[in-house]
Amino acid sequence: MDSYAIEMAGITKIFPGIIANDNVTLRVLDNEIHAILGENGAGKSTLMSILFGLYEPDSGTISIRGKEVRIKDPNHATSLGIGMVHQHFKLVHNYTVTENIILGNEPRDRFGNINISSARKRVAELSKLYGLDVDPDSTIESITVGMQQRVEILKILYRKAEILIFDEPTAVLRPQEIDELLQIFERLKSEGKTIILITHKLKEIKQAASRCTVLRRGKMVGTVDVDSTSEAQMAAMMVGREVLFTTVKTKAIPGETVLCIEHLFVKNSRGLETIRDLSLEVRHGEVVGIAGVDGNGQAELVEAITGLRPLEKGRILLNGKDISHASIHSRIESGIGYVPEDRQKEGLVLDFRLDENLILKTYGSPAYCGKFGILDRKAIEENAGKLIKAFDIRTGEGAATKVRSMSGGNQQKAVIAREIELSPDLLVISQPTRGLDVGAIENIHSRIIAERDKGRAVLLISFELEEIMNLCDRIAAISKGEIVGIVEGESADEREIGAMMAGIAQKAPGEKA
Amino acid sequence: MNSLIAMIPSILMIVSPILITAAGGMICERAGIVNIALEGLMGVGAFTAATIHYFLEPSTSYSIWIALGVGALAGVLTSLIHAFASITLNANQTVSGTGINLLVTGGTAFLAQIIFKMERTLPFKLGMMPGIGGIYPTAWIALAVVVVAWFVLYKRPFGMRLRACGEHPQAAASAGIDVRRTRYIAVMISGALGGLAGGCLVLTQTIQYTVNTINGAGFIALAAVSFGRWLPKGITAASLLFGTATALSIYMVNIQSLRFLPPEFFSVMPYIITLVTLMVFSGKEYAPRASGQPYERSGS
Amino acid sequence: MNRTIDPRKDRLERLFSNPKTISISVVLLGFLCGTLLILIVGKNPAGMYSALLQTLTGFDITRGTWNARYIGEWLTASIPLILCGLSMGFAARTGLFNIGAEGQYIVGLTVAQFVALYFPPVPVVHWVAAVAAAGLAGALWGGIVGWLKAKFAVSEVVATIMLNYIAFFFSRWTSMLIPGANTYKTPNFPATARLTSPLFEQLTNGSRLSLGLWVALLSCLIYWFIIEKTKTGFELRATGFNRDAARYAGVRVTRSITTSMLIAGMFAGFAGAVVALGSFSYGRVLGGYDNYGFNGIAVALIGNNNAGGTLIAGLLFGMLSSAQPLMQSRQIPKEITLIISGLVVVLISMRAGVKLILDWKAKKNAQAQKEAHDE
Repeated sequence: MDSYAIEMAGITKIFPGIIANDNVTLRVLDNEIHAILGENGAGKSTLMSILFGLYEPDSGTISIRGKEVRIKDPNHATSLGIGMVHQHFKLVHNYTVTENIILGNEPRDRFGNINISSARKRVAELSKLYGLDVDPDSTIESITVGMQQRVEILKILYRKAEILIFDEPTAVLRPQEIDELLQIFERLKSEGKTIILITHKLKEIKQAASRCTVLRRGKMVGTVDVDSTSEAQMAAMMVGREVLFTTVKTKAIPGETVLCIEHLFVKNSRGLETIRDLSLEVRHGEVVGIAGVDGNGQAELVEAITGLRPLEKGRILLNGKDISHASIHSRIESGIGYVPEDRQKEGLVLDFRLDENLILKTYGSPAYCGKFGILDRKAIEENAGKLIKAFDIRTGEGAATKVRSMSGGNQQKAVIAREIELSPDLLVISQPTRGLDVGAIENIHSRIIAERDKGRAVLLISFELEEIMNLCDRIAAISKGEIVGIVEGESADEREIGAMMAGIAQKAPGEKA
Repeated sequence: MNSLIAMIPSILMIVSPILITAAGGMICERAGIVNIALEGLMGVGAFTAATIHYFLEPSTSYSIWIALGVGALAGVLTSLIHAFASITLNANQTVSGTGINLLVTGGTAFLAQIIFKMERTLPFKLGMMPGIGGIYPTAWIALAVVVVAWFVLYKRPFGMRLRACGEHPQAAASAGIDVRRTRYIAVMISGALGGLAGGCLVLTQTIQYTVNTINGAGFIALAAVSFGRWLPKGITAASLLFGTATALSIYMVNIQSLRFLPPEFFSVMPYIITLVTLMVFSGKEYAPRASGQPYERSGS
Repeated sequence: MNRTIDPRKDRLERLFSNPKTISISVVLLGFLCGTLLILIVGKNPAGMYSALLQTLTGFDITRGTWNARYIGEWLTASIPLILCGLSMGFAARTGLFNIGAEGQYIVGLTVAQFVALYFPPVPVVHWVAAVAAAGLAGALWGGIVGWLKAKFAVSEVVATIMLNYIAFFFSRWTSMLIPGANTYKTPNFPATARLTSPLFEQLTNGSRLSLGLWVALLSCLIYWFIIEKTKTGFELRATGFNRDAARYAGVRVTRSITTSMLIAGMFAGFAGAVVALGSFSYGRVLGGYDNYGFNGIAVALIGNNNAGGTLIAGLLFGMLSSAQPLMQSRQIPKEITLIISGLVVVLISMRAGVKLILDWKAKKNAQAQKEAHDE
């Protein structure tokens, strides 16, 4: 008789207008590492939130070690030995490591006051037992992402978790830190813990998990034995059809240099130097990708190029013209298009109509704005009609649609349409396919290649190495604010780029391919 | 210089209500709720205390203390409106707070009309009496409030959880803390302290409550919280500074050398100082990170 | 599997996402609570309603007489409220909470009084200059706030509150410096400075309704035009909805914030001029706050920060305000109108909560639509 640590049987959860989990069954064996695979929106996070007590299922049962339970809230889940390490860490930035770990479960002295010294002792004990290296007195804002994750793990171990759920744990880690994490998994397993790993990274499933349950659009597709299933097979289960892993594209024929960055130094919002002596070129008709883990300066680099952040030293030239200190507006006029990372926060005014968003950067031009600053509504609407057709933007009411009511994919199409319509010489694109489904991703990838073939210079920033390797003619790896190396897209080796992302130069730094 | 030292009891008299209110405001904002309604909470406390004291004065010598207690209670009840709007309904906290200030202005005058047939309370005979050195008991109350606030915030589990709610409510929630309940309590504490402060003000500085009694003290307390960087030591220093400016504006007439300045100069001093200090020490980075943002329960 | 939609619930949702519905519901709720309060304290609410009726129509139901003067007074009381509502509303469109309208009003009022007393008494030009100067002064007072916010990230909430008090004392001090002024008034204005209109006086049987009415209506028009039709309005709206996106699009956000506060201050300054020169024949040394600025907050909130709504809301609160003496004479404490105003503001602050819920639902709906579409 199998001993299931967890059995979730026939779980259904419906939110207004969407079925997040549709009769899903999950069985996790005791002391195994079990992966849950699925795309965005497949329902994996919802399923685990139910297990952790954040939601209650509309139907179905949950059994822990054979006993049926109803998990009312996270406290209850914790008392059952379930702990969750969230994708977006839930740590208080100005509390210390120790304070974060004991928050909510503080050890007291005989007067009822917080007993910090006994807390520190306990943290040190756990840290040693599980090989989780942390500094108990550092504040969260001063430690690395890898250490922050270890704090999250210690949080749940402190509460005596036996079943640990990890939600996309490697999304924010460098390759070296990912290896460390996989070692931690082994250590936890050897101490008798059961681990559930939510991820969409096939390689890591292969490395760490013994079994994998695949979800698609709220339904369970199947549970497989990882060793006997290939990545391609798992991917096919995940998307329901054969996945094209590479976008078809012809070889690039680059022309003149459009963007030239020379010895750039940029400080971030906290005053720390985040870009150090960065030099890069992007030419007509090529896609240059910046590969790197989040937090290595990509955001600051893009902000410096687009004018959102001042630079400390160095120059930025566009078509030979020095734009290092130009305003955002004049850079747009000089020919920079920018598809930002967070389309809802940075790219669109959700409460504006679609046609207003489509001229968000050009409202002042003579085409849309007459004498005395009066807007030409008709011209604005006509422009929207044109772009809706050309880019196949699906809307409820055409040009008048409130963008807030459009889907993520169509919102992104609108942003891209607007930027491409500017006919920029340089198109800067950041995380273009975040949160989109496979269909939308393919659409946007082919758009990017199409723009390249039209002769535009494209600078692509992405945390998905696969996306970079798919699309880019040249790949620059960034680490701690420097370009560690640049390789040709065709001959790129993932391991090589990963090493560069970790700061290990393969070629001499700054060398142009 | 002598006259300045002689003014210390008066300064403390004016500082005390500001500090008590500021302590309440600090606790409330540390939990993540912006409380513009401090002015109104003081008003409701002042009105209630003045009314209770007027009626109880002949019957008991504890009248003052009862009045203060009921004033604090009135503050708690009024603050519940703000709590309900901001926490349960995710209302815009600034608008809700402003609404309460308007409500209190109208409500207290309305009730005064019903009870006293005019827009103010009838004057009581004797307010609070000063103690040793001419210092009113309210100064000791204020000191006690700040010390207790410091202790609870930094030494007790409740305080640690409350501060977490204001910095990162999702982290607090995932640690099993009931963010809503904690915030409700914080708002109610600020209501109690605001009401208490209002009572202290009316019983030490004047003889009755009118719509002009509070006259911006609540807003000065708000500025003290910001200037004091939401820390107990800071708000104490800020309250002393602002209270001194206000006191000077009232008592400057006694200082010969400054008679040439118009009285309005001193009246306006506290507000100018507040404004300048806000400019110089803009407190945006020191505010609790989640302050003012409605907390929504979400998934993982 | 199909989405389960309850058609009745869906329609109710759509009804409540309409800002107009919310405004109307909140006002009705406020009146209901006011009525209940009057009942609780043992008075007759009919008194409140008959006072309101008389204010609106001039018809005295207790005596069966009709006097247009009440209508005139109603409009007179509404004008500064409309203007202060426009002030608060304009700033709100840019995402700013301008509770400094009171201070901007005071500054405008003070400057208008000065111009009235010291500008050469040329007919028409005199009062136009006074109103214009008041607008300018109010604009500058508002601009300070915008600048402080843009440059030092000072919260406009606390800054405006401080500036309100500073304006008050500044006004008292400067007004008392005028030769011939005592502690509550200045010498009389020349007739050319006043906004009185013989036509209106005649139409409304001697009320104080003045040319300020045109100022208010014109301001509504200017407000609407700037916001809806111009490039500047586009920038302001974008900044108000999503400051980040506006910045990324090249909008000069700090300039927008300052511009917005300048214009908002201007409207409040106009309000000060209209009251000073329309309702009084001499300058006042302010002894207290007229409170138009504060009440303008409620007006803007109910009016949903647009010109038409603010006009109607201003008329509503003007009615409440000018009905106060009538209420007193009917044994209803006049503060009931303040209570209704306060309730309305608190209730409408909860609109955000309603909106949040509806936004979340819209997002979920869109997601489901997308999935249904892609299948």
